[in-house]
Amino acid sequence: MNTVFHSVNLDKSKCLGCMNCIKRCPTQAIRVRHGKATIISERCIDCGECIRICPHHAKTAKTDSLSMIEDYKYKIALPAPSLYGQFRNLEDVNIVLTALLELGFDSVFEVARGAEVVSDATRKLVEKGGLKKPIISSACPAVIRLIRVSYPELIDNLLKLETPMEESAFLARKEAEEKTGLPQEDIGVFFITPCPAKITAIKSPLCADKSNVSGAIAISDIYPKLLHKMKHLENVQELNQASKAGVRWAVSCGEAYSAGINNYIAADGIENVIKILEEIEDDKLNDIDFIELNACTGGCIGGCLTITNNFVARTRLKALKKFVQDTDNKINNEDELKEIGWKGELEPASVLKVADNVTDAMKFMNQVEEMVKTFPGLDCGTCGAPTCRALAEDIVRGYANVDHCIFRLKQEMEKNPNTNNDDIEKMIPVPFRGTIDEEKLKWT
Amino acid sequence: MQDTVKLHFDVSGNDFTCAGEASGKIKRTLKQLGFDISLVRNVAIAVYEAEINMVIHADGGVIDVDIDSDCITVVLKDRGPGIPDIELAMKEGYSTAPENVRMLGFGAGMGLPNIKKYTDEMNIDTVIGVGTTITLKVYNK
Repeated sequence: MNTVFHSVNLDKSKCLGCMNCIKRCPTQAIRVRHGKATIISERCIDCGECIRICPHHAKTAKTDSLSMIEDYKYKIALPAPSLYGQFRNLEDVNIVLTALLELGFDSVFEVARGAEVVSDATRKLVEKGGLKKPIISSACPAVIRLIRVSYPELIDNLLKLETPMEESAFLARKEAEEKTGLPQEDIGVFFITPCPAKITAIKSPLCADKSNVSGAIAISDIYPKLLHKMKHLENVQELNQASKAGVRWAVSCGEAYSAGINNYIAADGIENVIKILEEIEDDKLNDIDFIELNACTGGCIGGCLTITNNFVARTRLKALKKFVQDTDNKINNEDELKEIGWKGELEPASVLKVADNVTDAMKFMNQVEEMVKTFPGLDCGTCGAPTCRALAEDIVRGYANVDHCIFRLKQEMEKNPNTNNDDIEKMIPVPFRGTIDEEKLKWT
Repeated sequence: MQDTVKLHFDVSGNDFTCAGEASGKIKRTLKQLGFDISLVRNVAIAVYEAEINMVIHADGGVIDVDIDSDCITVVLKDRGPGIPDIELAMKEGYSTAPENVRMLGFGAGMGLPNIKKYTDEMNIDTVIGVGTTITLKVYNK
């Protein structure tokens, strides 16, 4: 297991070793060992589902603190469009933007602006044609990572464009350099993020050497400070330079809407994303032009680092009234269209594959199939793996033992003539007592 | 036993909630085994179509898959009504699917032609009133 960067952090003192996260993880990347959740690094896609589900708040995102901005001479805030949906009774985004300056930033650059540029690039590329259909949006970094580990053959369908965040950071840096004359290392660009996947995209980009973003501050971290400033603003500056089209990216369907694509599917929530990816893989959606996928329910407003429930945030965003109408957040020429494309190739990381050659893989698979039959199929999670099958695969890979299954352990113990079978029966969790047809399972 | 992987599925009839489960599992297994994705996709699409046919026309059946490194063989066996005119059934757009099935978006008459399109070999063995056995082969080239 390699040590690539992940933005999901475990606070061991808070982790009770319960089964909630292992069940929730869409790539089966978590196991409970020695009473603590452990992440299989190569499988984790940083979607944040475990952060969302953990009842003990043991899973956190590795975000940056607001004080980090002091490391730079010129500090730029990059508010995600989803930030605007966090507030009650907000009509004018300039209040949020001005409050960000009050928090110590020298300027703000709305990510909605970058989103409009990406939308324009999308429109132009779709018009040009020649893209593999259905075109899959590359805006959600968790989806990109999911495709990379589980659906590598769909990499060719990805729209190879920078994310609104990266594009905004690029444009913000350019603007700041022209304005201040400062060298790039003195310019700090901070994304106000709704999710941990974006943080991973910054700290460990897949298709570029380095991100233009210096740090990521969670919406949930900045929210109270920001709210305080918003309440005590003396004058509101006219800082908004994005139209509603860019802001709509915060909500599922917004991307297709902003790019003016009609024949599209927008799926949100990681389970739905997986279902759609399966259908694309089976060639069932070859009549669709564009597929927008968001790992979080509702889109970015559903990110696990937001404050407001995504259904509420959707309505809050609709309530925003004052937006500039016409913006120049556009792709102006071929060079710019080229520049917004990915700088490198996305390499597949097929973690599904079990061996380097088919013969070894078949050997593995047969062992797994045989082993699965010897487990009760309850997927109870008591072994620390999400399913009986996952445990079987772990065992064949050498990461777990057969007696991690409590039912198998019980059977082993019953073989010992000195043990009392009534006591052993009590080992089995109450819901499962007496339910297992031991004859049926080929336990040996 | 180590040179091949065998899978077996029981498909229940007229139950669209489970339709596609077998082809989905076959796809996952082939992916895990590291087969080329175009092969995986061909097998998955062909088996899906055949599986749906089984559900619509034959009140279910059984699917047996034999995976070896050179060839994937899938045998779908049902005890349905049989196919009276195979040539006609192979025509794109020809369908005998009842209205309630078409309402669900199935029965476009692309089943058999699609199965043929996505496999290297397709053999249909059908006896009226007894059942149909379809054998599919996709070679790993």
